[in-house]
Amino acid sequence: MYEIAARKELAPKIKMFEVCAPEMAEKARPGQFLIVIINETGERVPLTIAGYDAKKGTVSFAFNEVGKTTKQLGCMKVGDCIWNVTGPLGIPSEIKNFGNVLCVVGGVMIAPMLLQVKALREAGNTVTAVVGARIKDLLFFEDEMKALSNKFYVATDDGSKGYKGLDFLWGILTKEKFDRCVVMGPVVMMKEVSEKTKPHQIPTIVSLTPIMIDGMGMCGVCRVSVGGKMKFGCVDGPEFDGHKVDFDELVNRQRMFLPEERLSSLVWETLGGCKFGGK
Amino acid sequence: MAESKPKPKKEAVPMPKQEPKVRRGNFDEVALGYTEQQALEEASRCLQCPKPQCVTGCPVEVCIPDFIKLLREGKYEEAAMKVKEKNALPAICGRVCPQEEQCQKPCIMGKVGEPVSIGRLERWVADWERCKGVKTPEKAPPTGKQVAVIGAGPAGLTVAADLAKLGHKAVIFEALHLPGGVLVYGIPEFRLPKSIVQAEVDYVKKLGADLCAGYLVGRIYTIPELLKRGFDAVFIGTGAGLPAFMGLPGENLGGIYSANEFLIRVNLMKSFAFPVYDTPIRVGKHVVVIGGGNVAMDSARSALRLGAEEVCIVYRRSREEMPARHEEIENAEEEGILCKFLANPTKFIGDEKGWVKAMECVCMELGPPDESGRRRPVPVKGSEFVMDTDTVIVAVGRTPNPIIQSTTEGLAVTKWGTIVADEDGKTSIEGVYAGGDIVTGEATVISAMGAGKKAAKAIHEYLTRRGNGPKSAMTS
Repeated sequence: MYEIAARKELAPKIKMFEVCAPEMAEKARPGQFLIVIINETGERVPLTIAGYDAKKGTVSFAFNEVGKTTKQLGCMKVGDCIWNVTGPLGIPSEIKNFGNVLCVVGGVMIAPMLLQVKALREAGNTVTAVVGARIKDLLFFEDEMKALSNKFYVATDDGSKGYKGLDFLWGILTKEKFDRCVVMGPVVMMKEVSEKTKPHQIPTIVSLTPIMIDGMGMCGVCRVSVGGKMKFGCVDGPEFDGHKVDFDELVNRQRMFLPEERLSSLVWETLGGCKFGGK
Repeated sequence: MAESKPKPKKEAVPMPKQEPKVRRGNFDEVALGYTEQQALEEASRCLQCPKPQCVTGCPVEVCIPDFIKLLREGKYEEAAMKVKEKNALPAICGRVCPQEEQCQKPCIMGKVGEPVSIGRLERWVADWERCKGVKTPEKAPPTGKQVAVIGAGPAGLTVAADLAKLGHKAVIFEALHLPGGVLVYGIPEFRLPKSIVQAEVDYVKKLGADLCAGYLVGRIYTIPELLKRGFDAVFIGTGAGLPAFMGLPGENLGGIYSANEFLIRVNLMKSFAFPVYDTPIRVGKHVVVIGGGNVAMDSARSALRLGAEEVCIVYRRSREEMPARHEEIENAEEEGILCKFLANPTKFIGDEKGWVKAMECVCMELGPPDESGRRRPVPVKGSEFVMDTDTVIVAVGRTPNPIIQSTTEGLAVTKWGTIVADEDGKTSIEGVYAGGDIVTGEATVISAMGAGKKAAKAIHEYLTRRGNGPKSAMTS
């Protein structure tokens, strides 16, 4: 049982939890993830680590309420207990002084990216942060990211805040020299940024979120093609070379259980959602 | 029960089973177990050999004639205790051990007819005891020693049980959220009900072992850290958990599962009860299972129960070379599973949505025997053919999980990724032992338990030899 120590609403349907897990807090590193199981009938959901505090003995993760489990998780309050949290899983991000680093992030992944930017800055890097969302209401941690990074840009798909789309970034890529690029967020975005950094030969790291079950190398559902080789997102990743990932295959594999995911969500909501108690 | 002297029957009492037509529609256990009468009748067939060969065939050396004698005298509790002297998980072994290859193989009765059904009797005794309420055997006084057992599968549970009986504190670290290892994620409910695994795990806990589930050693504390944090010894029983793929074009299409994924969804995550359980599974109409082992049989039979219209096992050798238990092949065929022998997939073909729609295979013929002693299959040129399918389950083997090996400095590993350990499970690091599939590669439940028994004995000797441990060594 893992008690929820703090709960923050970052944006509509985006929440961040801090849970008590002292040993994980001691071992967690940027780039790693947790597997969260709400209750005995729950599924194993991978969520990227968005923070850890060894002194307080807590680890944090953010999630977007898109499916049954994340919606149900969103109903939980401070003091409630999550049935099982396993982690930290996956290989931590490579953090060292690369020089000039470009960090591009969209959606819920803004939370773990903040952790990454902090670590990169502490290692002596200059960081340009580009934070994006569909619409301005879905943006969060703008001030925090602005304070941590050396240069800071905001973009939204509809242009309701900052730049409209990422087109402005391609201009920056031609003007400024980057030693490394880290991208976290929707697959289409990771794909697009990777395609644009390739001609500039900027090593580009993407943090993938394929479907997972065990998260420790047993089931193989998270397999991705990287440079034509089969890799497991959970144990070989979750971070890979963005210039080598087959993103189209990844999108296809992420959609494998869409009808079932919709059904599960619908059934739960029909039964009363949060009021149903999540059983 | 008075023993009369009629000649023992040549045939074993058959195991009552669910009818194939009925069972292919449910996940309930297929083999229903003997009644008391049937158990007594089967037990009466045992000749009580003065030099019992059956015991030599058992990897954990259960005193087979002794427990059968107690059974037939109606001393069921004593019979159960007799089995448990050597085997902490009899209800599991009675169900999934390949007895035909082990204890029952050298049985004298097998020379004149069928061997005594030792496994079925073991199961009956264990089930009888569980229904009645399990007694915890006497334990040695606490030694104050602590052992970290990594993995709550057959090897780890055996080590923990044996060490606990000797008075050592065993703490089992299980990476998944439920204990049991392959017994819960791999073997389906219809062959091994999970309530039975739970009961046997509870017994190990009753002996005094602690369980820490959802704890991945290597990613939280590593083995050197566990040793520093007060554990006197470590046992690694992390199993062969990584699925092998074939490296064929189209293998990442939708609808292609590793057997591990398929079985984890069904068994551990209970997706047969989706959406009551959250984890989904999708089984199409025409399921193909690639492989010829028990895992292939389990996958095929599970797919059938999940509503597939047709399930076909594709195996590259012939029926005789199939590594699956004979009993399981028979069960599968009774249920209507089809087999395509001497065929090997060459590629998968997808539809416009990225879902598998067909599989191309090539016919095989058997050449001279390979290093496994089985005849090596070789492709027949130009014999390619295409099978329509919408669900493929790849059951071509599992490899060792690498997490411990990659996080434990100084641990010797083979080129296959298995851990190097001697007969007693001793590894290259003092105080660190290993056993089961992580040492041998994919094998059986009982061989893992056998390795666990030996390791527990060796760990006990190591702890005893070391006396009061490093603390007193420093002060003396």
